[in-house]
Amino acid sequence: MTISYQLKRVDFIFKNENDWEDVLSKSISRTPQELINELISSELKGRGGAGFPTGLKWKLSSEEGDDTKYVICNADEGEPGTFKDREILSRVPFKVLTSMAVCGHVIGAKEGYIYLRGEYFFLQPELNKAISEFEYYCKEINLDFKIRIFMGSGAYICGEETALFESMEGKRGEPRNKPPYPSSYGYMGKPTVINNVETLAHTFTIFKYGAKRFYDLGVQYSRGSKLFSVSGDTPKPGIYELELGMSLADFVDEFGDGDTKAVQVGGASGFLVPRKRFNETAIGFQGKLTGISLPTGGSMMLFNSSRSMFNVLDNYLEFFREESCGQCTPCRVGCQQLLSGIKAVKRGEKNAQYLDKLMRLAETMQYTAKCGLGQSVANSFSSIVENFREEMIY
Amino acid sequence: MPGIKLSEKTIGIIQQICSDFRNEGSELINVLHQTQGKLGYLPAEVQEVIAKELNISVAKVYGVVTFYSFFTMIPMGEHPISICMGTACYVRGSEQVLAEFKRQLSIEVGQSTPDNKFSLNCLRCVGACGLAPVVMVGDKVYGRVSPQMVKNIISEYKEGCASEAKSA
Ligand SMILES: Cc1cc2nc3c(=O)[nH]c(=O)nc-3n(C[C@H](O)[C@H](O)[C@H](O)COP(=O)(O)O)c2cc1C
Ligand code: SF4
Ligand code: FES
Repeated sequence: MTISYQLKRVDFIFKNENDWEDVLSKSISRTPQELINELISSELKGRGGAGFPTGLKWKLSSEEGDDTKYVICNADEGEPGTFKDREILSRVPFKVLTSMAVCGHVIGAKEGYIYLRGEYFFLQPELNKAISEFEYYCKEINLDFKIRIFMGSGAYICGEETALFESMEGKRGEPRNKPPYPSSYGYMGKPTVINNVETLAHTFTIFKYGAKRFYDLGVQYSRGSKLFSVSGDTPKPGIYELELGMSLADFVDEFGDGDTKAVQVGGASGFLVPRKRFNETAIGFQGKLTGISLPTGGSMMLFNSSRSMFNVLDNYLEFFREESCGQCTPCRVGCQQLLSGIKAVKRGEKNAQYLDKLMRLAETMQYTAKCGLGQSVANSFSSIVENFREEMIY
Repeated sequence: MPGIKLSEKTIGIIQQICSDFRNEGSELINVLHQTQGKLGYLPAEVQEVIAKELNISVAKVYGVVTFYSFFTMIPMGEHPISICMGTACYVRGSEQVLAEFKRQLSIEVGQSTPDNKFSLNCLRCVGACGLAPVVMVGDKVYGRVSPQMVKNIISEYKEGCASEAKSA
C-alpha cells in the first residue's frame, strides 16, 4: 500500500524569537488550566524519543500537591546522528527558556535545570548569558523562576529521564524502576516535568500562535512538524524541519543520493528500513496509519549500496555494549552476547541458524530489560538481521 | 600504578573546590568536573581527599568516576586526540583513521605518548556527522579525515604551535 504525503518544509522552530518577552508575559497571565488545554488540543507529543503527550505530562505534575517541583530540559542529546537540540539551544535559546518558565507557572515550580550533554560544553557561556537576561526579565514581571545548567559527563544512558535525575543528584546514572513516574517522583524525589529541548521549542510556538496552527500540520496521531538530523550517504546533510506523516519514499527522493539501499530511522535504538519498504513507511509516532510508522528522536541516516550492514550493526552493538549501565543482566550480558554472536556467524564459527537464536535473545531483552536502552536493542538488531541476513553471513 | 603523594597545595585546591560546593555529597559530579579541570585527572589519592571532604565513601566517588567517560584516572596528553566512532563516521572509515593514529603514535586507545604530548581516545557521535569521519584534537574539529591526513594532523602539533585548523 502506498501512502503519499508531500514532503513539506516547515519553518517554526528557528523562526525569530524576538517576541519571547511578549509570549512569556501573555502566557503567565493565563490560568494553568487554559494553558494545559491549549497543549492537549495541539496533540503535541514529546520529541525526545518516547512520544508522550506533553499536555498530559504537565497536567499530571500540576495535580501533585507538593510545594517543591522542578522543570527539567533534557539537552543530553545522545541519539547517534542527532544534532538538532544543539542547534535549537544555540539559535533560539529564549524559546526554550520561555517554555520552561511557563511550565513552572503551570505546575507550580520555581526552579528549572538544563541538563546539557558534556560534549556541548562550548554552548555554556552563551547559554548562561541568555539565562541571565531571561532571569532579569522574569524579575521585572515578578515571576519567580530560576534556571541552572547541569553539565553531563559523557554517559549516553543519562538521557533516560530517571538516570538523568540520579546523575543530577551526584550518583551513577543508573535508571530507576518505573513507576513511580517523574510527574510524581522525579529529581530529588519531587514532582518533575522533564521535556526534550525540541518539545519545549514547540510549546513556544503553540503558546504564541495557538494550538490550531500546530495541529493543522501532520497527520492523525502525529501532529505538527519535527526536526530531522539527516546524515550518511546524502548530498545534503543537515537539519530540516519537516511535517510529520511523510512517507519514507518521499524523504529519500529528497535526500538520497540515488542509490539509497536503507535508512536508519531514530539512531541506534531505531529501525532500519530497507528500500522495498520505503513506500509503506510513514515517519511519525506509532498509531494506526497505513503501513508502519516509526517513532523517532529525529536521526535519519541514509546508507547506499556500498555500505556493509554488518558493519552498521556491529557499530550499534558496540555502542550499546559500551553504554549499557550494567545494572540489569538481560542488557549487560545480552549486548555482549549479540555482539560476539554476529561476529562468530561472520567468521563461520556458528551457522546461519544461530542468527535466529540471537533474534530471540534480542526479543527477550525487549521484555526483560529495565529501561529503554536494553528494551530497544531489538529494534535495530531485528530489522537489520531480518532484511540483510545475507550480509550478516557472507 | 605507583602511589602519588599529593602536595599540600594540591590538597588545598581540592578542599577549596569542595567548600565552593558547600561540601555537599550531592554536588559530587560538579566537584569532580572542577577538580579534573584544575588537575587534569582524578587519581585515587585525589578521590580520597574528595570523599573525606564531602563525607562520603571512597567507593562512591570511585563508582561515579568510573561510570562517566569524561572522568579519567590517568593524565591526558597535552593534545588529546579523539576519534569519533559514531555510526556515520564508522561506516566512512574512522576505524582505519584510528589504526593510523595508533601506528604513528605507537600507543593504544586510553594511553598517552611517553613525552605526554598526545593521548588517544574514542568518542561517541559528536553531532558533526555531515563531516564524517571526524577527529578532534583538543577543541579543534577535523572533518573528512583520511588515514593519509593523519601524519599532517600530528605534525601540526609537534612543532609546538598549532596552525589554523579546519573547523566544523
Ligand atoms: C537510553 C535512553 C536515552 C535517552 N536519551 C534522551 C536524550 O538524549 N534526550 C531526550 O530528550 N530524551 C532522551 N530519552 C527520553 C527521555 O527518557 C524522556 O522520555 C524525554 O526526555 C521526555 O521528554 P519529551 O516528552 O519531551 O520527549 C532517552 C531515553 C532512553 C531510554
Ligand atoms: S536496560 Fe541496560 S541501560 Fe537500562 S537499566 Fe538495564 S543495564 Fe542499564
Ligand atoms: S557519527 Fe561521527 S559525528 Fe556523528
